[in-house]
Amino acid sequence: MQHEKLIRRGAEAEILLSDYMGRPVVLKRRVRKSYRTEEIDFRLRSYRTRDEAKLLHEARRAGVNVPVIYDVDVQNGQITMEYVEGKRVKDALHSMARAEMEALCMEVGRSVARLHNANLIHGDLTTSNMILSDGKVVFIDFGLGAKTESVEDRGVDLHVLMEAFESTHSERPDCFENAWRGYEDICWHGAAAVRQKIDDIIRRGRYRS
Amino acid sequence: MIALGIEGTAHSLGVGIVTKENGKCRVLSNVIKMHRPAEGGIHPREAANHHAEQAPLVLAEAVEKAGISLSEVDLVSFSQGPGLGPCLRTAATAARALAVSLGKPIIGVNHCVAHIEIGCGVTDCTDPILLYASGANTQIIAFTNGKYRVFGETLDIGIGNCLDKFARDHGIPFPGGPEIEKLARAGRKYLELPYSVKGMDLAFSGILSSAAQYIKRGETVEDVCYSIQETTFAMLTEVAERAMAHTEKNEILLGGGVACNARLQEMVNIMARERGAQAYVPPKPLCVDNGAMIGWMGIVMHEAGVRMSLAETTVNQRYRTDDVHVTWRSG
Repeated sequence: MQHEKLIRRGAEAEILLSDYMGRPVVLKRRVRKSYRTEEIDFRLRSYRTRDEAKLLHEARRAGVNVPVIYDVDVQNGQITMEYVEGKRVKDALHSMARAEMEALCMEVGRSVARLHNANLIHGDLTTSNMILSDGKVVFIDFGLGAKTESVEDRGVDLHVLMEAFESTHSERPDCFENAWRGYEDICWHGAAAVRQKIDDIIRRGRYRS
Repeated sequence: MIALGIEGTAHSLGVGIVTKENGKCRVLSNVIKMHRPAEGGIHPREAANHHAEQAPLVLAEAVEKAGISLSEVDLVSFSQGPGLGPCLRTAATAARALAVSLGKPIIGVNHCVAHIEIGCGVTDCTDPILLYASGANTQIIAFTNGKYRVFGETLDIGIGNCLDKFARDHGIPFPGGPEIEKLARAGRKYLELPYSVKGMDLAFSGILSSAAQYIKRGETVEDVCYSIQETTFAMLTEVAERAMAHTEKNEILLGGGVACNARLQEMVNIMARERGAQAYVPPKPLCVDNGAMIGWMGIVMHEAGVRMSLAETTVNQRYRTDDVHVTWRSG
């Protein structure tokens, strides 16, 4: 049994630090929920584990920085992946000079465009799910991700990013616009339609604050 | 202060009389009359006719049961929305007539928010996540940054609607929920149904088509009911847990008619226990649509200084939870 250290407990998974063949790794383990029947529980944990591993793989192929996967244990709902050393974008942004901030946000936008170009949706684009590592932005936690061509889903994805910037980086009001510049730059499939969707989503009652 | 609340958003007309004692809600009476269509679902106009007929009777019964006289009522409140237009207007008209004739203040309240406030009024929870599961509404609501916000909700039909529609299609009378609960207890075999959770949002309509297929293929109603409950309730419990993790709250409150289901209560209890949180369920008459919660909400709002002129009491069929201007809570 390897050494394991719990670093985060989410609603559905535990994130543990461990090692794998001498390398530091992160384990994402979807835990058994005893409130639901065995059949549902197994189906959800195994499917979601498999889907997340697939998304990580496809994101990498699309040119987005994601952790390297070392092992996928579908039976036990566990992914073993590279431990990414660095600072969360959430924390990094606070202590950045303006030019640096603009470059970082644009890079975030470009990476999201690469995902969307490959018909991938991250599903939880908050700045805590991005790690600044060696000057690269690494995206983690594809647990809510999906493979889809829907413009609505792309709009929702970016709207989450917009809200994340607004709620945690209100002192940097142009974060999203910089990210958008990066997104628009390399987006293949009509950035205008996506922007329109974002505006639609903002107008819906549910998201008004 | 004694408040009289009139509820009439959908199939039920309710009149409740409540007062505040030691910071908690004391229910003096809570009379509910439910419109049960002979067949099919609820027709808004028929439900409104039912409410109009029942209003004077329910009102008289509530006053009698509370052991007070009408003149002792200090405040009249009513469900201003969301709900079926004709039903809302009937309840609002009754409330206005009563308030004017008594010469007492009137307050229109948001039905969804009333479900959460009555929970806080009669149980020990103070700042919960509300899992609001009823016929038309399925929402995860919590108070953050000055408002009740919807963290997740159904993208198509309410959970209760899903259960009722399945029931109706298979000869089970309205409301289908309680009967499905009984049948589900005899179910043994889990049949796979679509599990549709997107982040904190849910969808139920796919389950209906899938369940109908199972019945067609000769699976027993008991097994299908069991599978519907296990699937939909696991979905509800999962999004509730996600909202708790997200907001870092450790209380979960159940509300709405479907919250009376023992299996849903059990699942939410297990979830809460496993994450070191506490689950709360108000007594059944305060979970379903009822006048007491409307009365209590009136007291809470009145104490916070909310006043309404008659002109402000128009109903709002699409009254959103996050449209409520909250002056009685901070955080």
